[in-house]
Amino acid sequence: MKVLKIIALVVLLGFVGIQFVPTEPNLSDVVPDTDFMSVNQVAKDIEHDLRVSCYDCHSNNTQYPWYNKVQPIAWFLEEHIKEGKEELNFNEWGDYSDRRKRSKLKSIASQIEDDKMPLSSYTLIHKDAKLSVEEKERILTLVNDLMEELDN
Amino acid sequence: MGDNTNMPTLGNQNEELILKSITMKRTTVTLSTIAIALLTITVISCKDGKKETNDKEGAHMEMGTEEGHHHESSAGEMDHGTMDHDMGSSDAQGTSVIDSYLQLKDALVADNKDEAAKSGQALASALGSFDISGYDEQQQKELSDIIEVAKEHGEHIAKSDIGHQREHFEGLGKDMVDFIAITGTSKTLYQQFCPMYNNNQGGTWLSASNEIQNPFFGSKMLTCGKVQKEIN
Repeated sequence: MKVLKIIALVVLLGFVGIQFVPTEPNLSDVVPDTDFMSVNQVAKDIEHDLRVSCYDCHSNNTQYPWYNKVQPIAWFLEEHIKEGKEELNFNEWGDYSDRRKRSKLKSIASQIEDDKMPLSSYTLIHKDAKLSVEEKERILTLVNDLMEELDN
Repeated sequence: MGDNTNMPTLGNQNEELILKSITMKRTTVTLSTIAIALLTITVISCKDGKKETNDKEGAHMEMGTEEGHHHESSAGEMDHGTMDHDMGSSDAQGTSVIDSYLQLKDALVADNKDEAAKSGQALASALGSFDISGYDEQQQKELSDIIEVAKEHGEHIAKSDIGHQREHFEGLGKDMVDFIAITGTSKTLYQQFCPMYNNNQGGTWLSASNEIQNPFFGSKMLTCGKVQKEIN
């Protein structure tokens, strides 16, 4: 019993302790002019889809549920978001070269077509982020339109 | 339960107590081990994952850029040498980019994911150390755009499954054509095209031979495609 108590205490202390390790939350009030939605004409419904399903990891502003502020979940997420933003940051869309835009649009299309994005580990918790067939179709149409625009 | 409480002998009770405490200790130990192990794993795996990718991506980069004056490195990447000896010669620099690209193409023709990953990394570092200072302003702008995108393709190829490698390789086709259009090359290259790739949207690649060996399908459809153009 004693051992159990000590160990429980150690685990608890450890858990409390790691809460004080600082993380940099991905939060920003500013929506820059270079944002995907400002640079492109995006219909409201598609904008909503992208914001709900993509922007948490692919923009400078994540909508965190409370449990995502708890360690070690927060660490895990920080890495994910960092990586996600490196790959594609919708807030910086306007700064991308046309070549990069084209390359990113292609990747967006293939990732969504193959159901690789949004990540299944993400949609497991964020049920609303899962894209329905219609939602996928309208995003893909937008992506194709934007690619054609770039080619002209 | 009833039997035991009704007529417990002293020995039985003791035995029971001992047994109980042993099993309890065991559960405690197991439980706490699991708890601690879980905690350590979560903490370490995050850090480790980070370190690993850093190592992977950093290995070549460091030698190519940060410590650009090292002479040799791991197996036969030519870009480091290029940095040292041929700063001025854009052709040698370009050759190392093109060579890595062609190795990547050959690996995909052979359905060899690991080789492709290696060549993808080599391509990324050759591009990373490509010196654009010898070109005019507009060319520099275009080259840096190409390098940024193509490098990203290379890095992705270095860490992906073969299907995804091929997607990025398809993206590279146009980048390489545009790259060579600016840098030129002493090699004779053939621009080839497979109309069936990516749900019949087609895909372009470059080869040093005019014979078709399809990197998008590999052994599944080795000879699908045609030569579109001869470069040089």
